[in-house]
Amino acid sequence: MAEKFRELAPNVYNYSDRFAESMKATFQMFFIAGLLTLLIGGFFGILLIVTKPGGIKPNRAVHTVLEIITNVFRSIPFIILLIFLIPFTRMLVGTSIGVKGAVVPLVFGAVPFFTRQVESALSDVDPGKVEAARSMGSGTLGIIFRVYLKEALPDLIRVITITAISTIGLTTSAGAVGAGGIGSFAINYGQNMHYQDIVNVCVVVLLIIVSLIQIIGNTLARRTYNRELFKK
Amino acid sequence: MIRIEHLEKHFLTKDANIHAVNDVTLEIGDGEIYGIMGYSGAGKSTLVRCINFLEIPDSGSIEISGFGKIVSEGGGLFLEKDGSRAPLSEKDLRKLRRSIGMIFQHFNLLDRSTVFDNIAYPLKYSGRSKAEIEERVDELLGLVDLKDKKKAYPSQLSGGQKQRVAIARALANSPDILLSDEATSALDPDATESILQLLKELNKKLGLTIVLITHEMAVIKSIAGKVAVMEDGKVVEEGEVYDIFSDPKQRITKKFVGTSSGLEKIEKLIENGTVLPADSDTEKLVKLTFTKDSVGEAIISKVSRNWSVDVNLVLANVDVVGENALGGIIAKISGSAENVKGALEYMSSCGVNTEVIANGGEV
Repeated sequence: MAEKFRELAPNVYNYSDRFAESMKATFQMFFIAGLLTLLIGGFFGILLIVTKPGGIKPNRAVHTVLEIITNVFRSIPFIILLIFLIPFTRMLVGTSIGVKGAVVPLVFGAVPFFTRQVESALSDVDPGKVEAARSMGSGTLGIIFRVYLKEALPDLIRVITITAISTIGLTTSAGAVGAGGIGSFAINYGQNMHYQDIVNVCVVVLLIIVSLIQIIGNTLARRTYNRELFKK
Repeated sequence: MIRIEHLEKHFLTKDANIHAVNDVTLEIGDGEIYGIMGYSGAGKSTLVRCINFLEIPDSGSIEISGFGKIVSEGGGLFLEKDGSRAPLSEKDLRKLRRSIGMIFQHFNLLDRSTVFDNIAYPLKYSGRSKAEIEERVDELLGLVDLKDKKKAYPSQLSGGQKQRVAIARALANSPDILLSDEATSALDPDATESILQLLKELNKKLGLTIVLITHEMAVIKSIAGKVAVMEDGKVVEEGEVYDIFSDPKQRITKKFVGTSSGLEKIEKLIENGTVLPADSDTEKLVKLTFTKDSVGEAIISKVSRNWSVDVNLVLANVDVVGENALGGIIAKISGSAENVKGALEYMSSCGVNTEVIANGGEV
């Protein structure tokens, strides 16, 4: 097996230490940035739904500000955002390179996307259900947790899956400006040193990661969606 | 008791200011089944939503026995109770909502929760233990006759069953008042009938006050005791259902009653020329309404015998409103001028509401 691999991808084999490091960096970026995105974007998405006109706690000021921020950051291409945020990142975490430096722009890139996805998933919840909950005396938090998040769970899992996959993509872009990870491994060793096998292996690895995320997401979404069918 | 006084609600949209509730004053007694009837857009839904403050009225007050009087003034809500007045807190508002059950046209059950969890939803606010919740849900399932569906999901239920679950959920915390917003409008006739019977039963058994809004006359006829007719945000007519049906005063009420009895079809017949309206001294097209006091008598044959007039029945209908019969006849009466007049006067004296249909259109 190892022999075969050495034959197919000799340079990956030679740089296997760097390759392992890159993988580790990618996963670190993915999990840290992903978790922050989940929390911040989830919070913003809920906030958009709650504060919208006709929402359960309408607040025009909060809603408008959040809309503008989301739209602005969503319209900046990620690679530009990376460069744009360098001074800010340096100020915030002391460096603009490595995993630490990449997490800040990754969060800025993924949060607006996820915010919109969460907003759209939650706005699919039938307003009638919200009204019924209000008529039963549920407060804002009760409605968020017991109606919105519960009823939209399959959709939320779907949008988390989409965002996770897009975040993997963002981590590789971040590699172009010194973030490390599979992206930078593919650029620095594959592209710059003309080791095509390194690029190929990176593609395969990314393909596997993305497919895994998709499969897990689909399975969970289906499980929560067709719960009554699974019980039969 | 629910006492609504001078309630106002406007909706501001981009190009209109909709006066959804316009100076409504109503009193709904304990244990009553009170219908609110009107076409869509008449403001009945908004009015009912004001009772549990899902909509906050612009001004006016609502007094609910056992809770106090809530006054809307200058954009704020105040609770008047035992002679004192204080701003209504969010907590009080939620408490009020928990003491009023509500059911909806589209049931609004949580699709990802079982029947059990749906009914248990409001019970989580009652401070009951898990075992107590379970016990209460079982009791409620018995009440709405759905014991075997405890573990089912809403998607596995029929419309009528879903509404039963919604009723159980609305009654979970033993409210005194149930608001029903077009609760049978999405159901087939059989399911409608069974839900109405259930509501009637709950009203009797639990002394539940039911406020139901509907555009279906059949619903009002079958279970309501009192009814208010709404048009353009105003209550235009109010009273005992039987009185409203036997003697509607307002144009819109007449239209509603006419649609439900089928007697409004006369307009079509006149329009088509099938029936010629006649309003001369010797021939009259009349609408006769027989109320519970006169419906049992053989008035038509008496009239035709004693006054030697011909009575040609064009349309006839007997309705059951509440527990009483209500008959309506459209007939052409002809004979000598004197006899026609005499016949009509005699019928009026027997408690038959007689109305001459003159120009065809005016029924």
